[in-house]
Amino acid sequence: MTHPLISLFQRDLALAYKQRAELLQPIMFFLLVITLFPLGIGPGPETLQKVGPGVIWVAALLSSLLGMDRLFREDFQDGSLEQLMLSGASLSWVVLVKVAAHWLSTTLPLLILSPILALFLNLTEAMYVSLIATLLLGTPILSLIGAIAVALTVGLQRGGVLLSLLLLPIFIPLLIFATSAVDAAALSLPYNGQLGIIAALFLLALALSPAATAFALRVSQN
Amino acid sequence: MWKWLHPYAKTEEAYKLSQTLLPWFGISALIALVAGFAWGLLFAPADYQQGDSFRIIYIHVPSALMSMGAYSAMAIAAFIGLVWQIRPAFMTMIAIAPVGAVVTFVALFTGAAWGKPMWGTWWVWDARLTSELILLFLYLGVIALYKSFDDKQQAGKAAGVMAIVGVVNLPIIHFSVEWWNTLHQGATISKFAKPSIATEMLWPLLISLFGMAMYIGYVTLLRLQNEIIRREAHRPWVIALMREDKE
Amino acid sequence: MHFSSFSDFIAMGGYGFFVWLAFGVSIVAMLMIIGESLYQRKSLKHYVHDEVKRKARIAAMKDKQRSEQEA
Repeated sequence: MTHPLISLFQRDLALAYKQRAELLQPIMFFLLVITLFPLGIGPGPETLQKVGPGVIWVAALLSSLLGMDRLFREDFQDGSLEQLMLSGASLSWVVLVKVAAHWLSTTLPLLILSPILALFLNLTEAMYVSLIATLLLGTPILSLIGAIAVALTVGLQRGGVLLSLLLLPIFIPLLIFATSAVDAAALSLPYNGQLGIIAALFLLALALSPAATAFALRVSQN
Repeated sequence: MWKWLHPYAKTEEAYKLSQTLLPWFGISALIALVAGFAWGLLFAPADYQQGDSFRIIYIHVPSALMSMGAYSAMAIAAFIGLVWQIRPAFMTMIAIAPVGAVVTFVALFTGAAWGKPMWGTWWVWDARLTSELILLFLYLGVIALYKSFDDKQQAGKAAGVMAIVGVVNLPIIHFSVEWWNTLHQGATISKFAKPSIATEMLWPLLISLFGMAMYIGYVTLLRLQNEIIRREAHRPWVIALMREDKE
Repeated sequence: MHFSSFSDFIAMGGYGFFVWLAFGVSIVAMLMIIGESLYQRKSLKHYVHDEVKRKARIAAMKDKQRSEQEA
């Protein structure tokens, strides 16, 4: 018999695979936003290289917000979340598993697409490597912190815009450290410091978010 | 240890306590703010570099400091409410949020009005102003979350969680913005960040700071009472109280 | 006293516009939130009174209906 958490993980991934058309939408959005910038500010390779890291990260923030809602909404509406709460499994672990499955199904495709962005925005190789590193470490933070806000707004009819209002200010530090890591890479400076801070933020989010999300889910479930 | 707090878990006791405290906060806020501003505007010496534009400090710094202080107070109230299940704590939290937002706005506006003569533009992405702007968004987020629930009990808990998440983030935001600022801008504005303060400039500043804290306390108590009345409108004691007030 | 005349005080060494703008807008904003709170209190008071009256009316109607039924 498999562990219930593992079967939950498999179930979430299977569900995501069934809804892959819907999952593609935030990624399309991500690509479209990236495409808009060269059109908006001009195609000069140097300008693009300068604003590139910031543009990619802002686009990643926005598109992750678009898909964030899926984390709990459907399970909340069809009652399976309530079943999970009653199942006796630790809700914090359930949250962690769901966040992991969500990250794998929504953010990983975005990372796989990122070489295209490097070409679009004329990033150098060093910049690209650092961009992938910050995205790998940073996007799990987005999912973890986002989970808290999704859990709080899941019972509301129109939670979408509110979710962005709540989350964007909190994501600012991550944006700052991530883009500055890529900027440092562009000047071929070391960026271990920035990566270290992002890793610290990740560990902090990993430690605090599951419990906070579990609490928030209980509040929403009333 | 928390025994003394328990009576105030009842809304009626909380209302009575705030009724007793209200005039004290109001009067000390009025006196301290008038005294601090008058001293600062009339008697304090001008800054040798910035001249009289420096006098904006007497409202900018108290509001900037107290906007952070009010956010912490809000998060503490939320924490008390969540841990001990005390309803007036949530009401206090949501009473602080709008005042905190106004004080944050004051800090932002005075910062801009000080920036114009000093930097030549209304807005500079200076570390303190940027932090204040993000703080304003955090306040508005808490208020918006509270308003979108119909069940106010649930609203208080949800907004409370958000306030605590915000307060954990506040130091990180502050640090990151400061660091980002030194990365992108040179020493051009460092004279704004830490004006060397003489004693005769410091006293009115401290008095205004105290006045600002009392002002926040006054408005919080006022709004806490409103919140209690709104939530307990059908209780006999509220009805009796409102009838008393009309005469 | 730092300033020698009232017009000096208003001029604030040439920075008058900014100083008075900062203080003016701030004080107005700070007073506005007090005003809003007091206005809220007033409408809450009306709300409580109206609720009491409404309840009294409902009770009166019920009494009337009951006495009519009995009759």
